[in-house]
Amino acid sequence: MTATDIRASSATLDRSAIVKPRNMGQIVRWLLLFLGGILMVMPIAYMISTSLKWPHEVYNVNLIPEEPTIENYTYVLEDGRFYWWFVNSIIIATITTISNLLFDSLVGYTLCKFRFPGRQIVFIAILSTLMIPTEMLVIPWYLMSQSMGWLDSYWGIMFPGLMTAFGTFLMKQFFESVPDDFIEAARIDGLNELQIWWTVAMPLVKPALAALAIFVFLGNWTAFLWPLIVTNSVEMYTIPVGLSGFGDEADVAWELIMTGAAISTIPTLVVFLIFQRFIIRGVVMAGLKG
Amino acid sequence: MANLSLRTLTKSYGQTEVLHGIDLDVADGEFVVFVGPSGCGKSTTLRMIAGLEEVTSGEVVIGDRVVNHLEPKERDIAMVFQNYAIYPHMSVKKNIAFGLRSSKMSKSDKEARITEVAGILDMTHLLDRKPAQLSGGQRQRVAIGRAMVRNPAVFLFDEPLSNLDAQLRTQMRLEIKKLHQRVGNTIIFVTHDQVEAMTMADRIVIMKDGHIQQVGTPSEVYHAPANTFVAQFIGAPSMNMLAGTLTKDGVVLASGQTIATQHANGTARSILLGVRPDDLTLEGAGQAIVTGHVAVREPLGAETLIYVKTDAGEIIAKADGRTPPEVGAEVTLSADGTNLHVFDADSGAVLR
Repeated sequence: MTATDIRASSATLDRSAIVKPRNMGQIVRWLLLFLGGILMVMPIAYMISTSLKWPHEVYNVNLIPEEPTIENYTYVLEDGRFYWWFVNSIIIATITTISNLLFDSLVGYTLCKFRFPGRQIVFIAILSTLMIPTEMLVIPWYLMSQSMGWLDSYWGIMFPGLMTAFGTFLMKQFFESVPDDFIEAARIDGLNELQIWWTVAMPLVKPALAALAIFVFLGNWTAFLWPLIVTNSVEMYTIPVGLSGFGDEADVAWELIMTGAAISTIPTLVVFLIFQRFIIRGVVMAGLKG
Repeated sequence: MANLSLRTLTKSYGQTEVLHGIDLDVADGEFVVFVGPSGCGKSTTLRMIAGLEEVTSGEVVIGDRVVNHLEPKERDIAMVFQNYAIYPHMSVKKNIAFGLRSSKMSKSDKEARITEVAGILDMTHLLDRKPAQLSGGQRQRVAIGRAMVRNPAVFLFDEPLSNLDAQLRTQMRLEIKKLHQRVGNTIIFVTHDQVEAMTMADRIVIMKDGHIQQVGTPSEVYHAPANTFVAQFIGAPSMNMLAGTLTKDGVVLASGQTIATQHANGTARSILLGVRPDDLTLEGAGQAIVTGHVAVREPLGAETLIYVKTDAGEIIAKADGRTPPEVGAEVTLSADGTNLHVFDADSGAVLR
């Protein structure tokens, strides 16, 4: 058998493996997955479709615009407000993400690798905050922001999310997988505790860091309620808050909202594409569904 | 290099004391192996020497310094862990260099030292690889390299060979022994494998339930065990133990047979007569100890282990590999009187 024959036969094998379902169960599974895929893709397709429509066509349910236009994109991108919202969202999501990566992992590492009195109580106290819904917290947050003079500022938008109980929990669980021998070996090799955390432990939980980065970035990128409450001036809006105000009181400009939404998905897509290898591993390791 | 002393070392977890006053002096350059069953306190002792466990009471002395309150990095020790503890995200070279991070050596000196260590461990060609690309034995060598690079006063090995397969373990055992002969540092090696202990150690420390049972050279602990635990823990197959009574005429076994020993004593007392399978012969040399029938044979090639059913219980002996007695055959097992060990039946301590 020549090399060409082998290649040809392996190609045939591959095709048959992909194309031919083995049994009815597999056909049903594929069908369900296909339907699930449609459900996932449809909103995105509809968002892009609407962003390419003229205002008079927005309420037609057709997926392919009759007269496609990029006018909405030109309008949104030339509108100075959108630029500000985009920059605000980038700054807030980036700083919050970095802050979470640092502080959640520091606290998670401490709770995981150090034995001190009250460790379990601290951990349970942190976890229990997950049970408090954001809606209950916004009033205390607002009062705090007001008294500290943080209203309508980046700090005001960011401070509640600079560290999260979920992130701390996630990182603690991942640090459990780092053998204590690594930590002790580094201790014997002369590193201090902060160096051990940074040099030894952090590189070993990169998948978790990537997963946490995505969770936090997306969470802050799409956050609506708190940024809406804490900001007053249009220049301080984030994208979700700004987009919700597109149009006027009588008419919601859906084509512009969808255009803004389409543009705003780009950074998340970029982040996801860069980190997806880590994220998928990370999510699997965390036993969470993304 | 330095000597090491443990002075009345104890360790408690809450109310539970797990080490009950360990006293030991290790000479400069000595290779000492701690051996014992799981939970005997050997790893805890090692970790206390390393500074990874707090000392409840007593002293750890390295060189002429009491190091109880010093951080691990200040003790001038290096440790090789059971699961290697080499960092998977770093290359072999970085792993070895990691041991020099806090060193004040110049960059060129560090490079030279890394090259030297890699040369000694025959892994110069592996320096750019990641641990995932190495075999178990190579990983173990990296772990040893990281410890060696600092040229510590004392090397600590915590069961470093237990994750390796039998063949590799034998090979690494030899390599570590050669390494010790070459570098000459003090080594404390923990294992639960008595063969490792026997083959590597200058002296063996046998531990059980947080107590040292005996300290001695491999020959001493094998030929002159201090108690029944040591006698049965060291050596494979284990020493045979026959219940009997020590009288002025010698040892009277449960079967009624009297065996002359140098331990004969005026006061009758219950004893256990110990004799190693290696010291029992079928040829009739020495005095007859027991007679019985071969129940099972285990051929090992050069020799065959035979399990002999006697009135005094089952006895293991070694027979010639080529012409072992048949199963069911009657055999008389004999031994030289100097190879018999007599232990107090209650305390288990040897009677000399």
